[in-house]
Amino acid sequence: MKELNGSQMISEALRLEGVEVVFGYPGGAALNIYDETYKQDHFRHILTRHEQAAVHAADGYARASGRVGVAFTTSGPGFTNAITGLATAYSDSVPLVLISGQVGRALIGTDAFQEIDAVGISRACVKHNYLVRSIEELPRIIKEAFYIARTGRPGPVHIDIPKDITAEIGLFEYPNEVSMPTYKPTYKGNSKQIKKAVAAIKSAKRPLAYIGGGAISSNAAEPVRKLLAMSGIPAVQTLMALGVLRDDDSLNLGMAGMHGSYAANMAISECDLLISLGARFDDRITGNTAEFAKGAKIIHVDIDPSSISKIINADYPIVGDLATVVNQIMDELNSDAGIDPSLYAPWRDTLDKFKALYPLDFDDSEGVLKPQWVIKQTAQIVGDEAIISTDVGQHQMWVAQFYPFNSPRQFLTSGGQGTMGYGLPAALGAKVAKSANAVINFTGDGSILMNIQEMMTAMADDIPVINIVLNNNFLGMVRQWQTFFYEHRFSSTDLSLQPDFAMLAASFGGVGYRVKTKDEFKKALKEALDSKKPAIIDVVIDRFENVLPMVPAGAAIYNMILDDKGKR
Amino acid sequence: MRRLISVIVLNEHGVLARISGLFAGRGYNIDSLTVAPIPESDFSRLSIVTNGDERVLEQIVKQLHKLIPTYKVIEDASFVEKEMALVKIPLSEDFAGLDAILKGYNGSVANSSDEFIVVMVVDDASRIDSFLKTVKKFNPIDIVRGGSVIMDM
Ligand SMILES: Cc1ncc(C[n+]2csc(CCOP(=O)(O)OP(=O)(O)O)c2C)c(N)n1
Repeated sequence: MKELNGSQMISEALRLEGVEVVFGYPGGAALNIYDETYKQDHFRHILTRHEQAAVHAADGYARASGRVGVAFTTSGPGFTNAITGLATAYSDSVPLVLISGQVGRALIGTDAFQEIDAVGISRACVKHNYLVRSIEELPRIIKEAFYIARTGRPGPVHIDIPKDITAEIGLFEYPNEVSMPTYKPTYKGNSKQIKKAVAAIKSAKRPLAYIGGGAISSNAAEPVRKLLAMSGIPAVQTLMALGVLRDDDSLNLGMAGMHGSYAANMAISECDLLISLGARFDDRITGNTAEFAKGAKIIHVDIDPSSISKIINADYPIVGDLATVVNQIMDELNSDAGIDPSLYAPWRDTLDKFKALYPLDFDDSEGVLKPQWVIKQTAQIVGDEAIISTDVGQHQMWVAQFYPFNSPRQFLTSGGQGTMGYGLPAALGAKVAKSANAVINFTGDGSILMNIQEMMTAMADDIPVINIVLNNNFLGMVRQWQTFFYEHRFSSTDLSLQPDFAMLAASFGGVGYRVKTKDEFKKALKEALDSKKPAIIDVVIDRFENVLPMVPAGAAIYNMILDDKGKR
Repeated sequence: MRRLISVIVLNEHGVLARISGLFAGRGYNIDSLTVAPIPESDFSRLSIVTNGDERVLEQIVKQLHKLIPTYKVIEDASFVEKEMALVKIPLSEDFAGLDAILKGYNGSVANSSDEFIVVMVVDDASRIDSFLKTVKKFNPIDIVRGGSVIMDM
């Protein structure tokens, strides 16, 4: 045991947790923490230009690496700026620890300068939070925070630390283990339930795997791929799962839901057994729940018991870690006669017909750039190793539909909250985690301006990420809804007035391009990659391109709008 | 449907806010909520009376479980349920019959002053309802209900 002050304890605890980078922004209540950050040399601190971006960057780091992301803020507005980052990470089950400064204990409750009830505000958008009340409990709390963030269903944990505690001296002993009688996630699936589920799989004629983001959180891509390969069961993926299956896997029917493929949504509608693997039946997937997988029995595997039967009643609920449970399922499937993939051949034939009937497609043009072309072209240029983030809107859905994702943790996007402004800071976090990989942020002319200041972080800390702005001079996704459902009344969605993005990039010290043709785009992307500088490629695209197919909100998912004739 | 839930939680800072926040944030009903530390332990016990359909109740239980400081959620038990009520009645009232009523409800006079008496009863919540109806005729000037405390059998 040694004597340390609170700030040294934080620094030492981060060292023991193996933290290599912290994203943050200083201020009065965090001065002691930042002084210690200055003195230490075991973690890198990256000053973002906004606290929201600090949390998104920690989030991008966590999603790309599978490790716990860490962010610092000061009290009051520094902390409140971080809330959108916490909400985004919470909805997508991303492991993070946010440490915020708070006013000294003597001032708490007095409406002091930069005092705000931080734990009161964060409570609804974190997995757990703490207001540290004495130096004695600080080491235990940090230990628990990291443990809670990464175990069970992962999520963000917030620690609020009063300033006087960051200066107070106490005895530091970092616990080796966490002992929390009230928090014990279940990892192994109940073997009786697994037997029943496997019997259901064997007697099904039209089984379908429905893969969610849990497959990424639990590093289950490999066992899931194996399970499908050995059984011949086809699969759909949610937005959050993209990359779990290879894009060209013949069993992969693509993304399901509001902008899912025809084949994926029809497969859900026609299957007789839906095997949910780490998905949570979000309304963007289910549409009208009464019609969702109506003829199917449901197997629902989830580490969070509260996800099971929340939206759709599960016939075979299995609580556990997905990778563990999928391995258990495979063992059980192999136990007696094994499983013969030809069993489901007629079902796969049906699905192949759906695939052929309405493949994901677009009308390319030589006159004006199509966003789908830009996305496919980018994949060809950057290859399989590139990590892709997005902002939110049409561009996000086009990326989900047309980018050939082939590995988990390759695609970072805000699914649960749909947070515009996520893409650039998340890309920074990913690039810090995986400096050898190219990192591309696909964004919109609306979204990019929500955290554009992070171009400065990218320059200052030499984090060369490339932003591809699919520029339609609109808040495109909202414009699309206005087109389809509000008789073309484009209320507050026209972004004709906008900055010169290429010059903007240059003004930060990065490289910028504005392109209107295929050749210009290819050239700009190659140059940007070679420049090893933060970049913005402003791509002028067809203003009125729509994302299709589209299931209107609340409709049954088999009722897809497949073309936009008369709607352009 | 009315439902009783007994929750054992770690007795830590903000735990009550976590639970009431869960109910408020997810739109669940709280009919009553009482809380007190469990003697000689680090835990507190909450007695919650709520209502909702099966699906909502299942979610309430699961969401309570999900809170990190929750140790135990007891809901599918038979419970002893008791609630206390205090009723302040002006001395100027005619007390004829009050004694008999109090007797019927196992009640008593808890205290008095030169202006009023305070009577108390302990019973299950529906019996408290009928007691309060009955004593209305004494024109009570204040009524305090304690919320149900419950114990699983
Ligand atoms: C922070 C935030 N504010 C508002 C929205 C609502 N919203 C969803 S998509 C969208 C338009 C996005 O426009 P842009 O970034 O230009 O992308 P596009 O749809 O044109 O590809 C808006 C406003 C949101 N998702 N997030």
